[in-house]
Amino acid sequence: MADKMSLLLVSGTADKLMAGAIIASGAIANDMDVDIFVSFWGLMEFKKGSKGKINLSYDGKDVEKEVLQKMKEKKIPSWLDMIKQAKDVGNVKVYGCAMFADLMDIKKEDLDPVIDEIIGVSQFVAMAKDSKMTLFI
Amino acid sequence: MAQEIKPTKIIDARGSYCPGPLMELIKNYKQAKTGDILSLYSSDSGTKTDAPAWIKKSGNELLGVYDRDGYFEIVLKKTRQ
Repeated sequence: MADKMSLLLVSGTADKLMAGAIIASGAIANDMDVDIFVSFWGLMEFKKGSKGKINLSYDGKDVEKEVLQKMKEKKIPSWLDMIKQAKDVGNVKVYGCAMFADLMDIKKEDLDPVIDEIIGVSQFVAMAKDSKMTLFI
Repeated sequence: MAQEIKPTKIIDARGSYCPGPLMELIKNYKQAKTGDILSLYSSDSGTKTDAPAWIKKSGNELLGVYDRDGYFEIVLKKTRQ
């Protein structure tokens, strides 16, 4: 069985989501399966129609304009497209957090189809327990 | 001078950034047959180190890394089943 990596995405800013997508890609290149659990502001960004929003976390506020401009110039794919590419190439599963989905009345059909399933935290922790590494981004 | 190797497939990932070219390579690698030769074009500096490392680690043969005009070419032979 392949080694596994678990990622926990809670933030909804493009830099953090992109970091998750890139690290997932790196895991695939190392023959790892990836489970991504998305909650709170992260999950909000996976809602259908919200994928155009691009902003950076507080750490990057000073250089936000410059970074976003460069990303546009160099045609960097969106974090969502990167996750889709990762799913295309490797064994990557993306899960929405049931608690936050319930809280915000988000149904699976409200989310981008890149989300495979809505699961509870215990199921994610069970996945993380079997992983070689777990990252909170 | 060594004879130029004729690739089975060229993957042109120029203009794409890390991890894009490597993902393109792995995707095409999975579809390739044993014995196929894949040639990756990339202008991304991360790929120049990551792709050869991946090729060796995955048990395949790195045929060469060549500097071209404004990009580089990485050639591999799929030797694993």
